Amino acid sequence: MSVLTVEGLTVDYVSGERPVRACDDVTFELRQGEILGVAGESGSGKSTLITALTRLQRPPAVTTAGRIEFRGTDLVSLNADELRKLRWTSLAIVLQSAMDALNPVMRVGAQFVDVLRSHDKTLGNKDAWAKAADLLGMVGISADRVRSYPHELSGGMRQRASIALALACGPELVVMDEPTTAVDVVMQRQILAQVLRLRRELGFAVVFVTHDLSLLLELADRIAIMYGGRIVEIGTAESLYTKPRHPYTRGLRDSFPPLRSPLRKLTGIPGSPPDLRNPPPGCPFHPRCADRFDGCDEQRPELLTIEDHADHTVACRLYPSGDDQL
Amino acid sequence: MRWAFLARRLGFYLAAAAAAIGLNFLLPRLMPGDPSSAIVEELERVSGQQVPAETLMSIRAIFGNPHANLAQQFADYLRQLSHGDLGVSVVNFPVPVADLVWQALPWTLLLVGTTTITAFAIGTLLGVVAGWKAGSRLDAILTPFTTFLSSVPYFWVALLALWIFGFVLGWTPLSGGYDADLPQGFSLAYAVSVLHHGVLPAATIVFSAFGGWLLGMRNMTVTTVREDYVLLAQAKGLSPRRVMFRYAARNAMLPSFTGFAMALGGVVGGALLTEIVFSYPGIGYLLYESLQKRDYPMMQGVFLLITLAVLLANLVADLAYVLLDPRIRARG
Repeated sequence: MSVLTVEGLTVDYVSGERPVRACDDVTFELRQGEILGVAGESGSGKSTLITALTRLQRPPAVTTAGRIEFRGTDLVSLNADELRKLRWTSLAIVLQSAMDALNPVMRVGAQFVDVLRSHDKTLGNKDAWAKAADLLGMVGISADRVRSYPHELSGGMRQRASIALALACGPELVVMDEPTTAVDVVMQRQILAQVLRLRRELGFAVVFVTHDLSLLLELADRIAIMYGGRIVEIGTAESLYTKPRHPYTRGLRDSFPPLRSPLRKLTGIPGSPPDLRNPPPGCPFHPRCADRFDGCDEQRPELLTIEDHADHTVACRLYPSGDDQL
Repeated sequence: MRWAFLARRLGFYLAAAAAAIGLNFLLPRLMPGDPSSAIVEELERVSGQQVPAETLMSIRAIFGNPHANLAQQFADYLRQLSHGDLGVSVVNFPVPVADLVWQALPWTLLLVGTTTITAFAIGTLLGVVAGWKAGSRLDAILTPFTTFLSSVPYFWVALLALWIFGFVLGWTPLSGGYDADLPQGFSLAYAVSVLHHGVLPAATIVFSAFGGWLLGMRNMTVTTVREDYVLLAQAKGLSPRRVMFRYAARNAMLPSFTGFAMALGGVVGGALLTEIVFSYPGIGYLLYESLQKRDYPMMQGVFLLITLAVLLANLVADLAYVLLDPRIRARG
């Protein structure tokens, strides 16, 4: 049963002479309780994807095509009031920097209480504060912190508080924008463990966006790789790690050291991400690709399912009609 | 923690007040001339003969002896001040300065106080709305218009308003703060006359002052709206009004608030230009008169009052800021 079906989502930034296409024909599906990781470099369109998915984008970003179907409702077609009813009760978000995401002049608890009460009119003030304390307790923050201001919490506490906040109204889908980037690795591990535990207990699905592929390999059920505004490969974390198909995915995987397998030579990806104002023709990766051949700079590859791997799709001409050549 | 903060601020302002009182004593004495000599010279010029010794003595008794020891003078000054005695006005002799100031103060507080608050409230509210939807039609009209308004000199606006509404149309009186034919007191007729006299000066102040607040608030709102916590508030599905006021405006108004507190401190100084144009019986007009007629004790009294009021307003602003921004508390 899928929670979210994204089809042909296209987002343009319409300032300047020519629109810049930051998300190009993005299509994926998210199942109930699943964690989908989205990995990509800066400028790959992953942040644009987040604001488009949550319908939080602001001009000049405009969704020019596609559907975002959440439990059978197309979010793109909803008006502001209809969206507002869905927000937080069904669709929540955790932003990258919890320091900036919490209102500095409101007590942490009050930022839970206002969302709890605005979605449940029958909830009394006292009960809402108690629930806020419970939610903080869920991520290991003691109940008396409910009356603290954001600046009185440590970075890790703030980030965990933002996760607790996202779960306040029991959403089915939580979109997380690099929620562990601003904390140290110890806290990062704690937070990831908490996300996994809470997902198990509460059963929400997650879209987890990050530039850190190694982190996704541990956390995500499936991983989508974005490049130049497109998804170039989607597969289970397992198959993506053991058998990445797209040359870009392989490059990403080989740019960090494995922890448990024998050491291998680390290789980066030469070149830099494409300029979206002036994207290369054909496959966006071809100028950096070691495996390119005739026609890569003309034909744009489509996402195709790899034979015998129903869960693994790749957009690369090395795999015509999805044949697994490697 | 909080009490220590309070005590520290209070100590700072007490020291500043002491310095102000000292300067207020010293500055006029550093200037050439003194009130006693000025009066003596004036008397001699008018009468054409030397002032008798007894007259000289009594003048010096009232306005101070310029040849007395400075420490003695300062002690006298402090003693007088502790009784609320600001000396005697030269121009309105023998009315004490304190009486004149207390008479003028309510007028100024009423006119400038209410208009400062009104202008701040209107400007801030419109600024939030304009900044919330920057580039909207409202913003596109309001913002250039208020920029224009803020650049028009105030005295010109005031004179024009007085000419149109007071002189040409005759809707408002041309000068004063009340109808002199009515007995002063809490009667309806008197209150109506005060309002009738006050409405035009008040309107001109609000008209020229709200634009500054609007622009400041608009620009702060434009930046605040891009903050993540505003985005998150929207993601939470809160009502737009709540997002706009509790999240965006609440944070955007912090810098404006400092300016507002300063403006409140300036209220006591009166709106000099307003009170001159409309001959309004407030502190500003009093100061203007005393400057014109070189009434030193009066100037000194008014300056001291203004200084203390500004200090008080700053103290209140400091304390209120602590309530408005919890981060200040942590830093102390």
